[in-house]
Amino acid sequence: MTDSHGHGGGHGHGHGAPQSFWRAYIFSVDHKVIGIQYLITSLLFLLIGFLMAVLIRYQLSTPAPGDDFNPENLGLIRGMLAGIFGENNMPYGFMAPEFYNQLGAMHGTIMIFLGVVPLGVAAFGNYVLPLQIGADDMAFPRLNMMSYWVYFVGGIVMLASFMAPGGAAQSGWTSYAPLSVAAPAGQTWWLIGMVIIITSSLFGAINFVVTTLNLRAKGMTLGRMPVFVWAQLVTAVLLLIAFPVLEAGALLQLLDRVAGTSFYIPKDMMYGGAVFPAAGGGNPLLWQHLFWFLAHPEVYVLLLPAMGIVAEIIATNTRKPLFGYKELVGSMILIGALSFVVWAHHMFVSGMRTSLANLFVTTTLTISVPSVAILTCLLLSLRGGQIRYNTPMLFALAFLPMFGIGGLTGLPLGFAPTDLYLHDTYYVIGHFHYVVAPGSLVALMGATYYWFPKMFGRRMNETLGKVHFWATVIPMNFIFFPMLIQGMWGMQRRLADPTLQWHNMDVQGWSTVILWGAAVMMLGQIPFLFNFFWSIWNGEKVGENPWDATTLEWACPSPPPHGNFAAPPEVFRGPYEYSVPGHPSDYWPQDEAA
Amino acid sequence: MPDSHAASVPHAHHHGHDSHAGHAGHAVAHQFDDAEQQFGAATLGMWIFLLTEVMFFGAILAAYAIYFVTYVDPFEDASNHLSLALGALNTVILLTSSLTMARAVHAAQTADARTQVRWLVRTLALGAAFLVIKAFEYGSKFEEGLVPGIGFRYDGPGAAQHELFLSFYFALTGLHALHMIIGIGVLLVLVWMARRGRFSAAYFTPVEMSGLYWHFVDLVWIFLFPMLYLLGRH
Repeated sequence: MTDSHGHGGGHGHGHGAPQSFWRAYIFSVDHKVIGIQYLITSLLFLLIGFLMAVLIRYQLSTPAPGDDFNPENLGLIRGMLAGIFGENNMPYGFMAPEFYNQLGAMHGTIMIFLGVVPLGVAAFGNYVLPLQIGADDMAFPRLNMMSYWVYFVGGIVMLASFMAPGGAAQSGWTSYAPLSVAAPAGQTWWLIGMVIIITSSLFGAINFVVTTLNLRAKGMTLGRMPVFVWAQLVTAVLLLIAFPVLEAGALLQLLDRVAGTSFYIPKDMMYGGAVFPAAGGGNPLLWQHLFWFLAHPEVYVLLLPAMGIVAEIIATNTRKPLFGYKELVGSMILIGALSFVVWAHHMFVSGMRTSLANLFVTTTLTISVPSVAILTCLLLSLRGGQIRYNTPMLFALAFLPMFGIGGLTGLPLGFAPTDLYLHDTYYVIGHFHYVVAPGSLVALMGATYYWFPKMFGRRMNETLGKVHFWATVIPMNFIFFPMLIQGMWGMQRRLADPTLQWHNMDVQGWSTVILWGAAVMMLGQIPFLFNFFWSIWNGEKVGENPWDATTLEWACPSPPPHGNFAAPPEVFRGPYEYSVPGHPSDYWPQDEAA
Repeated sequence: MPDSHAASVPHAHHHGHDSHAGHAGHAVAHQFDDAEQQFGAATLGMWIFLLTEVMFFGAILAAYAIYFVTYVDPFEDASNHLSLALGALNTVILLTSSLTMARAVHAAQTADARTQVRWLVRTLALGAAFLVIKAFEYGSKFEEGLVPGIGFRYDGPGAAQHELFLSFYFALTGLHALHMIIGIGVLLVLVWMARRGRFSAAYFTPVEMSGLYWHFVDLVWIFLFPMLYLLGRH
């Protein structure tokens, strides 16, 4: 932990002292600059991942040439696609199955590991967490900087894997063995990229835990920490326990691919009509266990920061204390603990003893209790509030029903008998996208509007923000709800051309609806991108506390200087003291002396 | 080290600098109130890092344990491919190196630079000896055709399981050796720092943290040795 001690050279970054461009903006050790670097990079990856999804949906709406197909005149879009992606990947503008698989695997990987997690954890966590606990910076600033740059390299490796012979990884974001072991070279890049990204996340998570436990301001007891800080703390612990397991699993898969071991290869496995050249003796189920031991907690890594964000926005914009602070925090801790004993509910169709399946059904239903408790607390927090319907609040309000749909549609997947029918269908896609996209991502968009004034000292435009809101949340439902319908009808996921199965034809029409939803949502992001960059320089200027909020990030200048607080803040009360009877204003900041 | 202030620079907004014996007198980075807090953060960070290491090795050991209960007989046979004598010798060497590392941490707090360097170099030498012996072990596996994936020549009963066992042997001991190599690199830096008189009763954080790491890597071996070398000896 060489970050923790300094010696010599104590100069060059005194508060307000000038720094070189490279030190200030590129290789900065300031948690706020690193947070903004993560913000912009992860938004970029989200855009890349989203464009991949739009391509996928274009393919699925018309998966194969119809009667009117004319190879001489492909039309504008198909002609462009064939030109850009080449005759191997998109002959005549229709997707080759191998390319479809690559886009599917990389869409999932990019969205989860390079988009949503870095945005929710690394971007907002880095920027806001030290401010909310009244700290000058993270405990280990140089480790923090390394975390960002390692993440950056991991992202480049992932993107570059499209140029590997045979293309990028194509065994799904889950990279199930033995298919992944036999896959082309892109899978090796994927594994190396994953190990790099995991390393970055672990650096970050160590920092978050130590910072939260060691660097809180005077008076900031654990029971006075904002819900967002609690969410980040639980998330960091999940990452610390779950990610090394996937790292180990990924290294074993790497050895299977490059060193000829058989950790995941069964004996005498047939592949491509011949015996696979490996000694065998291993078991593909081992990979699934190692993978899901990470990847179920990962679901809560995607979700908990979003819940924390929604709690912050709701408390500020209802002008009243959150309903059930202790219950919210307790539920988050309980979710964190339970998330380690539910992983095998992803594996009901992989072959599992009924008694074991029952165990995981039980734990899965148990974990839905604290999730519902959180949603209930957030919902009841609205009751009797004087709600300000600004853009961040709209996103926070939309999170509640959207995450509700995501959570409730998960129940039939938690029951083994219904999961057996639904597991390989679009129902699963619809379910987890409801959790992550209209759920987490919507909350993260709200967070962007909410903390933007703190980051840049200017507000984002409200009108454009509302256009962005409606043009995102409505189309999202046209994208993901039809997937639930298609899935219940039995439409199988992972197919480049679902029309090859006759029973899918009844619901194939919904894919056109989904494509239109995706197209409108894509257009809906233009006001956001414009608003974001325009407002950095031209937004309405704001002071320290534009939302009249109580937590500590609003007790320092916008944007805060290096070192954050002019004087070390002292905390006198809980985080959400709004509309306290007898107090002159309707908010009572945590650091305001009684 | 731009994220730190020299100790002599008074920090305008930090008050209450109680100088706790043991960690005072050294530069305190701006995000900490005092050296005590800084030392606490380093220690907590190191233990959390070691937790991730436990989960990392634990995952592979768990996978190994599951295959062992599935293939008890072939794994017990395969264990006899390993050299008990060299494994035992390496265990003794590593345990001794933990002792010398503990002495090095103690010396960093209490003794002069020469004594600090002496104990660090002894630890370094023992670590290097471990790796040399490990290299000989690996070499003989190559000669006997017992390396998975490249010319695995054993074809007795349960050959595939023997190969699986040896895959785990190379993966686990290889990752352990990688941790040893990193540890030796860290020790070299410590020797360099000790020679320049960096450590004292007031400041010995790097030695203490490296000591935790070194002991952890030893502890991993204490699990690997019985789990790999001591199955069904005959």
